[in-house]
Amino acid sequence: MTTESSIAQSTEAQIREEQAHEAAENSKFGFIVFLLSETVIFLSFFAGYIIYKTTLPDWYPPGVTGLDTKDPQFNTIILVSSSFVIYVAERYLHDKKLWGFRFFLLATMAMGGYFLYGQAVEWSNLSFGFTSGIFGGLFYLLTGFHGLHVFTGILLQTIMLGRSFIPSNYDSGYFGVEATSLFWHFVDVIWIILYVLIYVWQ
Amino acid sequence: MTNAPTEAINIARRQPYPGAPDNWKRFFTFSTDHKVIGIQYIVTSFIFFLIGGLLSMIMRGELVTPEANLVDRTIYNALFTMHGSIMLFLWTFPVLVGLGNYLVPLMIGARDMAFPRLNAVSFWMIPIVGILMLASFLVPGGPSQSGWWAYPPVSLQNPTGNLINGQVLWILAVAISGVSSIMGGVNFVTTIFKMRAPGMTWFRTPAFVWSVLAAQLIQLYGLPALTAGAVMLLLDLTVGTSFFAPERGGNPILYQHFFWFYSHPAVYVMVLPVFGIFSEVFPVYARKPLFGYRVVAVSSVMITGISALVWVHHMYASGTPGWMRILFMFTTLLVAVPTGVKVFAWVATVWGGKLRLNTAMLFALGGLVNFVFSGITGVMLGSVPIDIHVNNTYFVVGHFHYVIYGAIVFGIYAGLYHWFPKMTGRMYYEGLGKVHFALTLAGTWLCFLPMHFSGLMGMPRRVSSYDPEFALWNVLASLGGFLLGMSTLPFILNMVSSWIQGEKAPNNPWKAIGLEWLTTSPPPVENFEEIPTVISPPYGYGKDEPLIANQAEVVPADGVTT
Repeated sequence: MTTESSIAQSTEAQIREEQAHEAAENSKFGFIVFLLSETVIFLSFFAGYIIYKTTLPDWYPPGVTGLDTKDPQFNTIILVSSSFVIYVAERYLHDKKLWGFRFFLLATMAMGGYFLYGQAVEWSNLSFGFTSGIFGGLFYLLTGFHGLHVFTGILLQTIMLGRSFIPSNYDSGYFGVEATSLFWHFVDVIWIILYVLIYVWQ
Repeated sequence: MTNAPTEAINIARRQPYPGAPDNWKRFFTFSTDHKVIGIQYIVTSFIFFLIGGLLSMIMRGELVTPEANLVDRTIYNALFTMHGSIMLFLWTFPVLVGLGNYLVPLMIGARDMAFPRLNAVSFWMIPIVGILMLASFLVPGGPSQSGWWAYPPVSLQNPTGNLINGQVLWILAVAISGVSSIMGGVNFVTTIFKMRAPGMTWFRTPAFVWSVLAAQLIQLYGLPALTAGAVMLLLDLTVGTSFFAPERGGNPILYQHFFWFYSHPAVYVMVLPVFGIFSEVFPVYARKPLFGYRVVAVSSVMITGISALVWVHHMYASGTPGWMRILFMFTTLLVAVPTGVKVFAWVATVWGGKLRLNTAMLFALGGLVNFVFSGITGVMLGSVPIDIHVNNTYFVVGHFHYVIYGAIVFGIYAGLYHWFPKMTGRMYYEGLGKVHFALTLAGTWLCFLPMHFSGLMGMPRRVSSYDPEFALWNVLASLGGFLLGMSTLPFILNMVSSWIQGEKAPNNPWKAIGLEWLTTSPPPVENFEEIPTVISPPYGYGKDEPLIANQAEVVPADGVTT
């Protein structure tokens, strides 16, 4: 190999790396913009909830006096702590320790899965349905829409787990994992607001 | 970025390539080139413009006589609903996204948008939206009849009882268009923030790019609110929840809040890029720098901010409490400040300039006059005492058609003519363009000016029959409407024939200053041979300072030079 062509090759590799880095930077920026926009959907639902709650004379459907907070409280603790677990997973990936990453990502998924399970149990024990007045509609709309996001988060985590088994997949950067983790924190923060609105403010 | 690396990449880029600018088949592929996607957007949305126009001409035909005798009343309801929805969601939004798509990367000296594949996905949703929207003509019961704003309880009536009805299809179409717009918004904002050429600081960024940024920010904060309202409306309609259904304890007014929180700023989504086009076109044809460039640029972002706080002015007559009316009247009139700043800046730009009255300049000047007119009626409508009286009359219809046709469509035409040589590499026929302008201007005034008079006399909007005392104004408006329909013919003829056999365009036919004019017409796939390094602000007309440092390296070697 002549010196000239080897120089050309190394410059091209350098450019490719630079471009990949730039693309990842753009993706991160774009993903944050997207999440901010997604937040507004939840804020709109929350605004609707507050307006209905403060203006309607009969809030709960007949026969319902309030919501039981014991199980949801436990569920909330699980979901909020999973945010720290996924952060630990990200740190492991940062230090290139793949098995630690996989373990803690799996733990996050299990916690998210438990949250969904707990929610399903709660739903099945409630005496009101989706069409039981405004409260019933809003309760299922908000928890369901949030649950859909939890489900999406677990799906993303599954993909990231699968990708960790592809050799050297995360060597040059791991935007996908960062985005998944950011999404998971977002889902958590939304849940905290939602919990306060629906369960604490009764 | 240094010089050496880009050269190495360019060697790889100059290979024969399926998206090459001389390959027409690329417009029918899932191309990720922002220039191809831009033209795909423009052409697709123009087809929907013609469909929406056809619907409006059937309506104008109905309104020639006071009696409802051409179409059935329910069909008339469907016609105005579909006319509004198609014109907004399938023409004005996408055509401006198309122009932005084509121009923004060129103007900021980038090779493409930040997310090219996402860009293509956003575009290909538009035909799906169109098919869903038009498919509602085929379902039992016909299209939605609740107008483009779909207020409950009208939009919650489902006379056929089918799950798939016109209103459900309408909501789905709007939802998909929303997803497409959000993806587009993320793409534009990231591109403009992260991909400006070296040296292009914010105050060296063209006003068009500023205005696209301002418009896309509105999409990002506004559309989610409409999405939330649309989801609740869809659930009311299909599952039987009671959010907006008054008979089940719901609150229909809340939907109006959700709807207008987005849909009033949506007007600025449409008009801001047109402001940007005006800011680009006037300096070129007046040979003067854009007056108050920095203020014009910043005023776009001010409009983005204020427009989030004006939506209740659509609801003065919806039982809104007095303090809210006063508050929103104040914010509404406040929007007139940054827009007024822009108008003064354009007038000052044109003032005393060496004017060249090309078609693009004529459309921009016409659009400016129409915009001032509609701005005045807008301020009238923004004040509660007037709005209460003319609410839901033809005065409102006349006002917003002056905005949307008089200002926005004129601006779109100005932009299309101005950048046609850059997009196609051909010159358009100036004579046909001027015929097009004359017909459009006459048609606009003849069609929409009489609506103000019938509206002030009290003619309600969205009716297929009316009192004979309004007949004169309606006949005039109908004549204008048909004239507007005809005015598209010279435009189509001009665009098609010029693209096929027009005179070859040089790189910079208008002697304009801007990065997009430095590269070839049409630009190569990678836009620039080397990424330009910007060293001075835009619009340096008469200043004789170079825009970029590496002029010689930017133009592709095999391209045509001026």
